Amino acid sequence: MMKGLKKWRLFSLLAALTVFLAGCGQEELSTLLPAGQVGQDQFNLLMLSSAIMLLVIIVVVTIYVVALVRFRRSKVGEDHVPEQVEGSHTLELVWTIVPILLILLLAVPTVYYTYKLGDVTAMGAVDEDGNAENLVVDVTAKLFWWEFEYPELGIVTAQELVVPMDEKVYFNLIAADIKHSFWIPAVGGKIDTNVENVNKFYLVFEKDSKKLKDGVFYGKCAELCGPSHALMDFKVKTMPRAEFDAWAKAMQATGEPSTDVATVSQGEEVFQQSCIGCHATSAVGESGAVGPNLASFGDRNRVAGFMDHTEKDLKDWIKDPQKYKPSNQMPEFGSKLSEDELDALTEYLMGLSVEK
Amino acid sequence: MSSVAQKKGFGATLWDWMTTVDHKKIGILYLAGGGFFFVLGGIEAMIIRLQLLRPNSDIVSAGLFNEIITMHGTTMIFLAAMPILFGFMNAIMPLQIGARDVAFPFINSLGFWMFFFGGLFLNISWLVGQIPDAGWTSYASLSLVSEGHGIDFYAIGLQIAGGGTLMAGINFLVTIINMRAPGMTYMRMPLFTWTTFVASAMILFAFPPLTVGLFLLTFDRMFGGNFFDHTMGGNTIIWEHIFWIFGHPEVYILILPAFGIFSEIFPIFSRKRLFGYPAMVFATVLIGFLGFMVWAHHMFTVGLGPTANAIFAVATMAIAVPTGVKIFDWLLTIWGGSIKVTTPMLYALGFIPSFVMGGVTGVMQGAAPLDYQLHDSYFIVAHFHYVIVGGVVLGILAATHLWWPKMFGTMLSETLGKVTFWFFFIGFHMTFLIQHWLGFWGMPRRVWTYMDGQGWNTANFISSIGALLMAIGVIVLVINIIITTVKNVRVGNDPWGDGRTLEWAISSPPVHYNFAQTPLVRGLDTYWIEKSEGNESGITPAEPIQDIHMPNGSIIPFFMTLGMFIAGFGAMYRVETSWGLSALIFGLVLTFVSMAVRSLQDDLGYYVKKDEILRDLKRKGGRK
Repeated sequence: MMKGLKKWRLFSLLAALTVFLAGCGQEELSTLLPAGQVGQDQFNLLMLSSAIMLLVIIVVVTIYVVALVRFRRSKVGEDHVPEQVEGSHTLELVWTIVPILLILLLAVPTVYYTYKLGDVTAMGAVDEDGNAENLVVDVTAKLFWWEFEYPELGIVTAQELVVPMDEKVYFNLIAADIKHSFWIPAVGGKIDTNVENVNKFYLVFEKDSKKLKDGVFYGKCAELCGPSHALMDFKVKTMPRAEFDAWAKAMQATGEPSTDVATVSQGEEVFQQSCIGCHATSAVGESGAVGPNLASFGDRNRVAGFMDHTEKDLKDWIKDPQKYKPSNQMPEFGSKLSEDELDALTEYLMGLSVEK
Repeated sequence: MSSVAQKKGFGATLWDWMTTVDHKKIGILYLAGGGFFFVLGGIEAMIIRLQLLRPNSDIVSAGLFNEIITMHGTTMIFLAAMPILFGFMNAIMPLQIGARDVAFPFINSLGFWMFFFGGLFLNISWLVGQIPDAGWTSYASLSLVSEGHGIDFYAIGLQIAGGGTLMAGINFLVTIINMRAPGMTYMRMPLFTWTTFVASAMILFAFPPLTVGLFLLTFDRMFGGNFFDHTMGGNTIIWEHIFWIFGHPEVYILILPAFGIFSEIFPIFSRKRLFGYPAMVFATVLIGFLGFMVWAHHMFTVGLGPTANAIFAVATMAIAVPTGVKIFDWLLTIWGGSIKVTTPMLYALGFIPSFVMGGVTGVMQGAAPLDYQLHDSYFIVAHFHYVIVGGVVLGILAATHLWWPKMFGTMLSETLGKVTFWFFFIGFHMTFLIQHWLGFWGMPRRVWTYMDGQGWNTANFISSIGALLMAIGVIVLVINIIITTVKNVRVGNDPWGDGRTLEWAISSPPVHYNFAQTPLVRGLDTYWIEKSEGNESGITPAEPIQDIHMPNGSIIPFFMTLGMFIAGFGAMYRVETSWGLSALIFGLVLTFVSMAVRSLQDDLGYYVKKDEILRDLKRKGGRK
């Protein structure tokens, strides 16, 4: 009996939660469903400030409505001339001091969180063996894509950030051309990638992205950076530390050259001829490539950061990138590659995987 | 005046308006110019919302969308909101302080023409097909690489218009300091005059940084100045600082006059003195000061570090206190009054909840760590439209209805006015309330389109429908203005019946010298005092009827500005075209020759003779 009641309680709680969450947006990109400590801190501040502000709104609206109902000319009489009140020192003091107190109530946690979220002193910390204690990712924002380098691990990837869960991940961020802004709404607030200096901050990822609709969190560029600003999306995969280590190992292994020359497929040949000038298929190395690293392309959620990850979309993209992402830097290949070559290239790219 | 104007031919009328230095006429010119650009900016807004109506929409292309948002923002701030407010300041403020004109009528005219030609210059970019596309903030890394002359149109156009604004600001300051009627002490000035005063002082300090910033940007783009090019030792963050050192005071320059307008409306239509007048004045001045101390809250995510962010966060929140004082003083003004809901009052009543909503979201964004989430998302779009539309535009619409009779001598239809209000008000909340949530749900601002499947479709749809309602409201207002003008039913001095300040004591529209005799001011709400003491004429004169000295009209401001306008094109095209350099030289010569003519020629003005004043008084026949 008690058990049944508990279940029923849980169920109704979940039902109520579902209704509430409908106003919370989608789990993979809503700031209202924080998936980590930073986002949670910011959400708490949102709740606190909303509560204080709601209080202010209620007070104002109450006075406003009562005044509007009680003192209409139709009520007080057409010829009524009200007393010409000059003011009230007491009241002025009240609505000066009370707001100051309310502001203080908000200012204290604001200052606290500002320092807490701005604290990157542990970034370079090393353990006794001289190994870095924390994962550091170097983010480079480019016209209209994102490059992620893991300097300690010696690997690079693009468009899809892969991070371990439940630990602080530190970021160095810079833009290679135009100012952009790095934002993963569900995980935490944004920070700009300036052109002249490296910004540092940290995020904590506490939800496994496998449980999400697409298996990824959504990342956005939040600073106007040109025509395709709206399409400068990236995705984030979060996983337990062990899985992440396995992923990093697999990425490091992509650097080993293919041993058997005979196995080189037609697609790879096309790639060697047309694509390798800008794109690498080995994840080993440093950032600074002309085009996104494709070592784990087959594992990715999107083509070019925002198109569906299908062979058709990939072919469309390669044929005419300008049509889909105006002003991006990739040349068109529709006139340079035959359908056969495109098919082979697509198959090859889709096969570039470290997870399968 | 109007009976005289009707007898003139079209050419003479046009000449009259082009040469006028009468503050009331310049006010009308500002209103017309600003109104034109307001409609233009509104059309751009409609295209933006049409494009975002559905996901994956391609009604406008990605590049064109950026151009439209840039022009929408720039037009609405610099060419619509400010000039329209200047229109009211020009038309009303001298009347409120009992002056016959502004301190520098010639510069007043010059200020108007610079605004108008600057705005024209900016918008000619549409015809040339090279349109600014780096947002109204024109952040340096993006604006430096922008191709074509788009950003040059922005920099030079705003330079010309901004110069006009600075002149207007200085002019208003000097007018208020020097030209108040006897007895009009600072603490007897109507709130609209006070807010004009503080806003003008802010213009004086906020526009020079913009001027400097725009020059640096122009030098960077035209001569390789490298101020903002980081590869050559420049720094893009400096642009952001310069822009916001101007940009944040700018929003107070817009909102303070709107506060002033509402501070006039509440007492009139509550038949009650403004509650806590000294507190209101103090709050206005304090907002003016604090407005300069908070610019970096636009830059919380730039990476200035926790200490800078914390300081600017707390400073930002502090502004809520004087603003709150104002809200409560307005509430207490209507409390215990006799509220008549006319169209201006309807706008004022609609303003309070709308602006409070915009104000509280401002405080939320002041909390820096929370702002990391809200910054550059649709939340900020919702916030600044709540303060600018819910505050400034509602103020402008309210003032249009309130002072239309004073400026034009006819009364806008109350019924149509209320229809406009409800369409606009409901449309406004429908458009922007939901955008707060779009921001929470992760939608960045300034996006040309958005992919399906992110949960943003319904909200964007609602928002676009709201925009349509706002447009209908504005169209009804235009119809209202046309009908009223055609009907031409003249009204008396105090058409609302409960006017309190000096402008309501004289005819609608006032004679060109405003006051037959300079009034003696015996307290706050001068006209109300005279009325309550049974003074039929509404004014206690401070001087006998005598000859009045007035300035002559002049075409020189028009030619001075035309010179800058031509020189602007010349500067832009000086390298790539054959005519560029000659246009630059010709334009500058025209400007400097006009200035020399003005300096060398003695223009002492003229006198309105005592007989003429007496004749006017007889014809008007006292009040109503």
